Amino acid sequence: MPSFQLTLMKIQLVKLAHARSGDKGDTANVGLIAFKDEIYPLLVREVTAARVKEHFKGICKGDVERFELPNLGALNFLLHHSLGGGGTLSLMTDAQGKTFSTALLRMMIDVSDEEAQSFELIS
Amino acid sequence: MMKQKIRIAAGQGFWGDLPDAPVRQVEGGPIDYLMLDYLAEVTMSIMQKQRSRDPSAGYAKDFVPLMKQILPACVERDIRVTANAGGVNVPGCAAAVKEVARELGLSGKLKIGIVTGDDIMPRLDELLARGVEMRNMDNGATLDTVRDQIQSANVYLGAAPLVEALNGGARIVITGRATDTGLTLAPLIHEFGWASDDWNRLAAGTIAGHIIECGAQCSGGNCQYEWRSIPNLANVGFPLVEAAPDGSFVITKHERTGGWVIIPSVKEQLVYEMGDPRDYITPDCVADFTTVQLEYEGRDRVRVFGIEGRPATDTFKVSISYSAGYKAVGTLVYSWPDAFDKAQAADRILRGRLDRLGLQFDEILTEFVGANATHGPLAGNPAPDLPEVQLRVGVRGQNRADVERFTKEIAPLVLTGPPGVTGFAGGRPKVEEIVAYWPALIPKHEIEPKVELIEV
Repeated sequence: MPSFQLTLMKIQLVKLAHARSGDKGDTANVGLIAFKDEIYPLLVREVTAARVKEHFKGICKGDVERFELPNLGALNFLLHHSLGGGGTLSLMTDAQGKTFSTALLRMMIDVSDEEAQSFELIS
Repeated sequence: MMKQKIRIAAGQGFWGDLPDAPVRQVEGGPIDYLMLDYLAEVTMSIMQKQRSRDPSAGYAKDFVPLMKQILPACVERDIRVTANAGGVNVPGCAAAVKEVARELGLSGKLKIGIVTGDDIMPRLDELLARGVEMRNMDNGATLDTVRDQIQSANVYLGAAPLVEALNGGARIVITGRATDTGLTLAPLIHEFGWASDDWNRLAAGTIAGHIIECGAQCSGGNCQYEWRSIPNLANVGFPLVEAAPDGSFVITKHERTGGWVIIPSVKEQLVYEMGDPRDYITPDCVADFTTVQLEYEGRDRVRVFGIEGRPATDTFKVSISYSAGYKAVGTLVYSWPDAFDKAQAADRILRGRLDRLGLQFDEILTEFVGANATHGPLAGNPAPDLPEVQLRVGVRGQNRADVERFTKEIAPLVLTGPPGVTGFAGGRPKVEEIVAYWPALIPKHEIEPKVELIEV
């Protein structure tokens, strides 16, 4: 019999969700969408506004706001003061925040063995 | 009798999208409306500049040859067009389309509806004098701080004036700064007779517009989900909305086109450029994205239903553009070995020279393409043996001469900096005038949209 001990493992968001990002002025928006409805509560628990702010340290110079869309299994983040002034003022390659989506998917989150197995993340 | 199903096709996601997409939308299968969104935030100021040089210019020129190509089919098959192609010269755009229609022998066979009243540039001082502040929505600044630099000022009009034009029998409706979503919502109000306070249905039509307003971005383009599996993007199908009178609709595309319409592709577009999902504010209503329900209705068919909305606000959004200095971006490519180190060394040398010249900039930004230009510090340390790195340095400032001087400092790095460098063949970087965007609100009662019908 295997022993059922609660162990945590790190999983990268790119294995759990897809995303699209865009801009409104100097604010980048990132919509994070769970691959499956069952994964959504895990995103709600782990991908908090505070963790996203920490993840984008040095990139996001303002607040991070988070909004929940349980109907789409999605979270929407607003990253204020992140685009070098935004629009035509910005000197950035990615002045419109198009690649903030994949930048968020780099985040590692804590998942229990049980969760990982139920989402078929490990065999 | 009211139709039970209306098919609206999106033909352009922005000014400069695939040129043949609108034609393929008309030829590829049955549609009732073709919706064309031409105006991004900066587009109005570009058009304003064009008009100041030539009074007959200032609109999306591509629209006229496009109409020449598709108008006969539109008349024959009863397809109507809604487009914000008029830019800052709606009458000029309409006159050019009228001319084309006559050449095609369509005199007496169609009406062009034009919507104006969005341009408040001539009224700015009067409005400011009466205390209409138009403060910057992002930072609260007052408009007088940039008054002398303003180049254009346009209100985002909603669906209502377009509906009036369609009710009057317009085959083509040309607007200036109308919302992207209004171009889709207006046909639905016109066809289904939705009331102006039927907030749930207005929100549904608005969200339908949001889903298709970026063209193929909901039908396989820029789709992260299983991107390797997306079929035949070379012939990507632009989206169609198949709407029902109750406010539900299906997102789909023409048969025998590439791309895909799947729930994940629609979800990606739903969250695109989203703020607070409960508060998607347009001139027509406030749409609540947390009420959107999605389900499959067949291959490449996603049904959208359950949408709820709330009453519209009493303000219009204003898009004001103003000159905000100059910028230039220079690039060079450094190769293995030590590509990243060499690019960093070149950046230090360049900055030393800019310092010694005493040039004044508001900002200097260095990026290393291939190492950190998109994900910044999240990309971690670049691999030691990167095959190549592009050094990309941008400057922004108020003094054109200083920015100009910067552009002369890039190519010399090839003979006066680290080795293994190339990629300077394009010549000196171009100095660009920065036209910045000032978002503001204005009370609706200050604005009177005008609708005119022109017989061809």
